[in-house]
Amino acid sequence: MSLLSVTSLGVHTSAGKALLSDLSFDLAAGQRLGLIGESGSGKSITSLAVTGLLGAGLTASGSVLLDDVEVVGAPERRLIPLRGRVSSIVFQEPLTALDPLMRIGKQLAEPIARHRGLRGTALRTAVAEALDEVSLSDVRIAKSYPYEISGGQRQRAAIAIALASRPQLLIADEPTTALDVTVQAQILRLLDDLVDARGMALLFISHDLAVVSAMTRDVIVMSAGVAVERGPIDRVISAPQHPYTAQLVGSARALDDMLGTK
Amino acid sequence: MILELRNVSYRYRKGALALDDVSISVDDGQSVGLVGESGSGKSTIVRLMLALAKPTSGDVLFEGAPLTPATIRRFRASVQTVFQDPYSSLDPRQTIESIVAEPLRSLGIARGDEARAMVAASLTSVGLPADALSRYPHEFSGGQRQRIAIARATVCHPRLLLADEPVSALDVTTRIQVIDLLAELRDSAGLAILMVSHDLSAIAALCDTTVVLHAGRVVESGRTAEILTSPREDYTKRLVEAVPRLPAL
Repeated sequence: MSLLSVTSLGVHTSAGKALLSDLSFDLAAGQRLGLIGESGSGKSITSLAVTGLLGAGLTASGSVLLDDVEVVGAPERRLIPLRGRVSSIVFQEPLTALDPLMRIGKQLAEPIARHRGLRGTALRTAVAEALDEVSLSDVRIAKSYPYEISGGQRQRAAIAIALASRPQLLIADEPTTALDVTVQAQILRLLDDLVDARGMALLFISHDLAVVSAMTRDVIVMSAGVAVERGPIDRVISAPQHPYTAQLVGSARALDDMLGTK
Repeated sequence: MILELRNVSYRYRKGALALDDVSISVDDGQSVGLVGESGSGKSTIVRLMLALAKPTSGDVLFEGAPLTPATIRRFRASVQTVFQDPYSSLDPRQTIESIVAEPLRSLGIARGDEARAMVAASLTSVGLPADALSRYPHEFSGGQRQRIAIARATVCHPRLLLADEPVSALDVTTRIQVIDLLAELRDSAGLAILMVSHDLSAIAALCDTTVVLHAGRVVESGRTAEILTSPREDYTKRLVEAVPRLPAL
C-alpha cells in the first residue's frame, strides 16, 4: 500500500487556466522521489496540492490519497489529522516559513507538545533533543528569534519543526535554494541522514538536477504543468528521452563542465 | 585602469567591519569574477564601485584618480550596472523604449531620433525584437527582462559592466543564454565585466580572473581556471568542493 498515491492530479485557476495536468505517481513508506522542473513547471503546486494547501482560487481535480485519506475536495477537518502526523513540508525560504515574532524554541515546542503530548521539563528536553538532531546544539538558538540566527541555522530550525511531529512523509520544496553553497551541502547531508534514520518517505522538489541527484534515485521531470519524463536519475541524465529533459540536462551539464573535472 | 579599489576598508556606522583592506581592479576588456557567500562583502564592493557609498579608508579610483564632480558624469557613462532581480529593476509603468533610453536621458547623451536609434540598436544587440520598444516589462519573461536590463546598461556604450548576480534569479536554461550574451558583448564590444556571484559555474563561464571573498577579505585571486582546479586556500577548496555536481556519465 502506498503512503501517497496521486492519480490524474490537476490544478487549475478560477479563470480555468491549468497549472498542473494529469500527474500520477505513487510513493511507498520509506521511498524517495524527486520532482525536477523550472519556474512554472508545477512542482511547487504539486507539493501544495498533495497536502491540501492550495491557495484560494486554485482548484484540484483527480485524486490524492495520503495515508488512505482522499485529499482532493476534502474539508479542512479531515486534513488536519494528516498534517504533521503523516506529512510535513520544509519550504524554500526559512525566513518566511518561521514566525518572526516567536523564539525558535517556542516554535519547535508547539508541534512537539501537540503531537507527543509533552509538557514542562519533558517538553523542554524534547525541544533540546530536536535541536540537537539538526546540529543546533548551542543553547542560545532556542532563545533566539529567527532574524538573530543565520540562514542555514534557520533552515535547520525549520527542518526540526517539520520533523517534530514524526511525519511518515517529508516534502522538501527547494529546501536549499536560498542558502549558500557550503551551507547547502551541510543541509543536504543532514536531510539525507535524517530521512534514512527515521525511515521517512521523501518528496524532494528542486530546479537543480545536481542537487536532486544527491538526494533521490527516482525522478519526475516536469515542464509547464506536465510530467514529461520519469525514471532513475542516472538514466534521465545520461539518456534523456524528452526534448525538454535533454535541454535541461544539456544546460546543467554545460554549467557543470565550466567548473572543470573534479 | 578603468576602476580600482585600492586598500579599501568599509565599516558600518555601528562598528562592524564589512570590508578589510580589499584591492580589486578592472581594466579594458577584462572579465573579473567576484565570488563569495552571504556576508562576504560582495554587495558592499558593488556599492563602493558604483560610488553609492564611500570607503572608511582606502581609495576608489576611476581612470587612476579619485572621483570628482568634474569626472562623475563620465564615470556614470563608463560604468553601468545590471542587478540580480529583473522583476524589481525595471519600472513596470514605463515602456521598454523609455526604460532603455534612461541613461541617454539622464546623462544627456542623446535624445529624439538619435536616442531611439541607439535604443533600437541596443535591443538588437541583446537579441530582442524591434517591436519590444512599445511594450511593457510584464509582457516579458525573466530572461528577456534581464536582456532588457543589459540593453539599458549598454546603450551608452560603457567601458565596464558591473553585473551583480545577473543570472541568479534565472532558470538554468535561461542562465546559459544570458551568460552567452554577456560573453558576446565582452568579445564583440570589448566591454569589461565585473561579475559578482555566489555561483562558481557562472563565474567560470564568463570570467578570466576570479577574486574569492570571505568575511570582508580577499582570500585568493588569480586565473579562474587555476582557482577552480587547484585552489590554494582552505576556504576556496571548501567552496569548490561544495558545488553540487551531476553524476558522471
